[in-house]
Amino acid sequence: MIRVFPFFLKAAWVTIQLSVLSCLLGLACGALGAAARLSRSSALRLAGATYVSVIRGTPALIQVFILYFGGPQVGIQLEAFEAGVLALGFNIGAYMTETMRGAIIAVDRGQTEAARTLGLSRFETFRSVTLPQALRLMVRPLGVNINALIKGTALVAAISVVELTYTAQRYIGSTYKPFEMFFLAGAIYMAIIYVTGLGVNWLDRRVALK
Amino acid sequence: MGLDFSVVPPFAAALLTGALWTIAITASAAVLSFFGGILFAVIALYAPLFIKLPFRLFAWLFMGTPLLLQLFLIYFGLIQIGIDLPAFVAGVIGLGLHYTVYNSDIIQSGIRAVDTGQYEAARTLGLSRIQALRKIIVPQAVRSVIPPIGNNMIALLKDSALVSVIGVAELTLSSQMAISRTFRPFEFYVAAAACYYVINLGLEAGLRRIERRIQIAR
Repeated sequence: MIRVFPFFLKAAWVTIQLSVLSCLLGLACGALGAAARLSRSSALRLAGATYVSVIRGTPALIQVFILYFGGPQVGIQLEAFEAGVLALGFNIGAYMTETMRGAIIAVDRGQTEAARTLGLSRFETFRSVTLPQALRLMVRPLGVNINALIKGTALVAAISVVELTYTAQRYIGSTYKPFEMFFLAGAIYMAIIYVTGLGVNWLDRRVALK
Repeated sequence: MGLDFSVVPPFAAALLTGALWTIAITASAAVLSFFGGILFAVIALYAPLFIKLPFRLFAWLFMGTPLLLQLFLIYFGLIQIGIDLPAFVAGVIGLGLHYTVYNSDIIQSGIRAVDTGQYEAARTLGLSRIQALRKIIVPQAVRSVIPPIGNNMIALLKDSALVSVIGVAELTLSSQMAISRTFRPFEFYVAAAACYYVINLGLEAGLRRIERRIQIAR
């Protein structure tokens, strides 16, 4: 157990990197996706809806495989880690699109109407009236998305990225101590998720109504 | 190397068989996780503490760790302690237990939302505790939480792709077998994705019908 511990810590660092990078990409995709789905242009709305429907309608594992194994056929040659980050980010981005869109449309319409009546432009209304209120509503649900993403990073074990699950599987195979390896990896995942949860709580308090 | 989707049709039968296995594994795990979820919820709410605690620990572990890790534990781990499950069974147990925990969480909130007066009335009318739960509380609770459980089932369908990793020849592994013969990953994974998408549409339509019927029944 002590002998394998350093390998698990190294793998945990890979899992953290995967989580952070794909989370940032996911937030960017989510913001763009939500903007597209709420846009006045019907072409953008269709593009946003298609993105969400296709990504959420198919398994994340298949998406990882298409990018990593299928990519070279269309001229996209990626390292396993890079393909993992991109696929996980695009995937969670579709879920975040819906989270963000939901939070934005949950802001009372009267707020927008009042701001427009007071002479604010559409953009000003969005930036200083709708968005601050929507942010408040989206922190917790985004936290749920991020929680799922952290556990979802295990998928890239299937394309041999040496992260926690891959490492656990390797040592389940070589040490004949399946439960110990499971609990070790599991404890690290739960620690990562716990710390992330603290961060989400802190952020939630920061943006809460004073 | 350009794309050529004409390589897919010769393997249509193999992919279809894979799709049927995907449906079979999803349906089995869905049934397991539905009834497991009810059992877990009742235990979490009503059982004495010494029974509750191990279940709570289990739920906590399974909610906090990735499904893939759990599948590896169940499949490769159990072999090492002498329990050699067929991959399909291990896959159904892994997926089923994972979603049991998530369903149980939802069903617990459903049970809590049923008016306590219902339980008291049932007991007053002479039903035993078990009867009151089975005939009065649980049916109402489950009915009210069908939509979120349906969402879990949609997630379950997509997560069923993970059991390809432990060697269940469902849709994902079937497409991998076709790829190993044609070296055309892009075409076959896209084809598999399309199959999942279609199955998903069917599942969503089915869930909508169930939800409508429940609303009418209320």
